[in-house]
Amino acid sequence: MTAENRPLSPHLQIYRPQLTSVLSILHRLTGIALAAGTLLLVWWLVAVAAGPAAFETVQGFIGSWFGRALLLGWSYALFYHLANGIRHLAWDAGWGFELKTVYLTGWMVIWASVALTLLAWILGYSMRGG
Amino acid sequence: MVEFALPRNSRVRPGRTHEAPPGAKKPRAFKVYRWDPERGENPRLDTYGIDLADCGPMVLDALIKIKDEVDATLTFRRSCREGICGSCAMNIDGTNTLACTKPISDVKGAVRVYPLPHMPVVKDLVPDLSVAYAQYASIEPWLKAESPAPERERLQKPEDRARLDGLWECILCFCCTTSCPSYWWTGDRYLGPAVLLQAYRWIADSRDARTDERLDQLEDPFRLYRCHTIMNCTKTCPKDLNPAKAIAEIKKLMVARR
Repeated sequence: MTAENRPLSPHLQIYRPQLTSVLSILHRLTGIALAAGTLLLVWWLVAVAAGPAAFETVQGFIGSWFGRALLLGWSYALFYHLANGIRHLAWDAGWGFELKTVYLTGWMVIWASVALTLLAWILGYSMRGG
Repeated sequence: MVEFALPRNSRVRPGRTHEAPPGAKKPRAFKVYRWDPERGENPRLDTYGIDLADCGPMVLDALIKIKDEVDATLTFRRSCREGICGSCAMNIDGTNTLACTKPISDVKGAVRVYPLPHMPVVKDLVPDLSVAYAQYASIEPWLKAESPAPERERLQKPEDRARLDGLWECILCFCCTTSCPSYWWTGDRYLGPAVLLQAYRWIADSRDARTDERLDQLEDPFRLYRCHTIMNCTKTCPKDLNPAKAIAEIKKLMVARR
């Protein structure tokens, strides 16, 4: 049997998901979500310029339960990417590489992103009045 | 390239089951990756029932017991049985570690044993590490001094020597390198955590005079900068070293010398 026929050992299929890898891939995914969400923002701004009828359509979509779910996801992506981005900045400066610190800052990022998302929505709804 | 599924010839099929001996006091299932280069078949996962009441405490003890008593064709590397040679590096219970220092009692339920991830398999639990070794050679892991060789050893201040702590202890088992998703997808060009930690071991050495040259060699979009601080390397290192930090130190030096 030649070396070319050697199988590739399993990787993603068997490697245990852990905080290190899960937060890392979540950083990528929220980055992609933010880029996609920016299109929504552009659509909204274009609608403002296009006139009341177009704006009304977009507002209707964003105000629907589906639109609000998208906004919820987008706002979470923003806060997660922001919090974990700060974690990455610390790493770039050479700080926070001890495993204990990695786990501590990892959980901090999770809680901060959830808390900031909730805070933003509570503030949003209270200012808008429901 | 990111590839989620295994190639067709690499997909793992269910294998044979060898029941624990009758009357076993503490039976435990070991599910072990098997691939025989002399058959044209896909890899399979064989199950071995082992009586832990009659077995040493480490995963390597169980593998040796399987080879001795159940299936002599089971193939794996092992040597020192005390975590210093790095031969028995494999994926146990979902993370990479040394079979000789991994207690069976750390694992709940069936003990799953695979070769180091995303590597060509030579046989069973033996991965082909030629590329990783070639990458290690590429960083020229030896002292390059400019001054003529002294009569005795080249001396270092204690604080300079202390900078090598956490680096020299690496046993090159490649647990970290093969835990790194970035290495899985771009391992042909990215050097991976183990080799980069070794690169930093020579960069950090006060007796080495070729730091700039070493950094030049790493200044490349792939060799160094495919590290995305995922941290699987540090999490999995069986010697509790910190390859991610060593890589960060190299990145800092790159910025500092601009």
